[in-house]
Amino acid sequence: MIYLDNAATSWPKPDCVREAVSRCMKDVGGSPGRSGHRLANDAERLRFDAREALAGLFGVSNPMRVIFTLNATEALNLVISGLLPPGAHVVTTSMEHNSVMRPVRAAEKRGASVTVAPCRTDGTMSPSAIEEHIRPETRLIVANHASNVCGTVLPIREIGDVARGRNIPFLLDAAQTAGCLPIDLSADNIDLLAFTGHKGLLGPGGTGGLVIRDDFDISLLPSLTHGGTGSRSEQETHPDFLPDKYESGTPNMIGLAGLTAAVRYVRERGLGQIGEHEQSLTHLLIDGLGNLPGVRVLGTGDARKQTSAISFTIDGQHASEIAQALEERFDIMCRPGLHCAPQAHRTLGTLPEGTVRLAPGPFTTDAEIDQALSAVEQLAQAR
Amino acid sequence: MSKFAVILVHSTSHAIHAERVLRRAGFTVKLIPTPRDLSSDCGSALRITVEDQSAIELLLAESRVAIDRIEPLDR
Repeated sequence: MIYLDNAATSWPKPDCVREAVSRCMKDVGGSPGRSGHRLANDAERLRFDAREALAGLFGVSNPMRVIFTLNATEALNLVISGLLPPGAHVVTTSMEHNSVMRPVRAAEKRGASVTVAPCRTDGTMSPSAIEEHIRPETRLIVANHASNVCGTVLPIREIGDVARGRNIPFLLDAAQTAGCLPIDLSADNIDLLAFTGHKGLLGPGGTGGLVIRDDFDISLLPSLTHGGTGSRSEQETHPDFLPDKYESGTPNMIGLAGLTAAVRYVRERGLGQIGEHEQSLTHLLIDGLGNLPGVRVLGTGDARKQTSAISFTIDGQHASEIAQALEERFDIMCRPGLHCAPQAHRTLGTLPEGTVRLAPGPFTTDAEIDQALSAVEQLAQAR
Repeated sequence: MSKFAVILVHSTSHAIHAERVLRRAGFTVKLIPTPRDLSSDCGSALRITVEDQSAIELLLAESRVAIDRIEPLDR
């Protein structure tokens, strides 16, 4: 079996991740913040390890500014719904996933206004495309770091620079890049970073979070959920300090245990090494697919300008049928269709049909890419 | 007079944050349930020795670890 769906979720996971999950379930049974017995305290220590690992990865000095959520989507919803009351304005891009577009449209329905800054047909954009849409009432700029459809990377440092210059919070959706590309909240001018734990970071599903820059004023951002935190139990109102302000209810401890091991693995192996490996596989795929008759590769066609999500079409064939044939005849797992990103497909010119996406990961080999290329070649010849 | 003091914190996350910073700096600290006579909070607090108190206060401030306050422990 060849797994090329790492842009949806990475697989396989490093052994240390599975071992950490198992150890947590076996030995760290408590609920963090609840009670003060040894198992509860060990759980809190484990959660703090996770905060420290992620703060280190993203260049934030205070680990308490790492907030855990169910996934990147929940973190995006927390910020988008919190910063966009009726009358506020947001600028986003035409390459966004529905995890941004849907909460933005929901805010619009409540009375906020939305500008979708256009990207080019290869998914790239100029930072000035954002800047020219900023208004006095703009309260948020939100953009993805890289497209989940075709991998195109946006100029986030420049967009962040524009946001900082105008004193507007910049929210980055790093679902496709955390663990694949270097991200530094200070250097990249990011105020708020939504990440997922189960893709490039190689952790378990059901993990993700929000990283808040050291100087971001949290009084600007209300809580999305309210409930038990283990702190201020005598009060019926939710705490206003970090991390409790944005974390309520019992957390996913086995997930966080796995995520900590995963982040340590990624940092030890090195983002540089992982990035180079994925870029080399991406280059092989783009080159190989581009040489096949009737096959069109979306995006810039340059492996250095994208992540390892490669989308293609074959003239006269449906994306869903290509994916089905890849699995049934060649045992290759990929993802066809719209990838929950109709806005991005509209920009790329592939709505409503969609594309087939091949997404290698840190454990994909050159030989597997060769087999995938040979499989697509056979399908393309059959048209 | 007890030789211990207790660091009261806003939540257990803060207790662990302080514990981590202090242990790395070589201080002896013990995580204890928050004494009810000092706070209505039902979480954890950190027991330290009185002679370390001023050095600890300085280090926590430098490391930007948020705490509520430090109280003497009468036992």
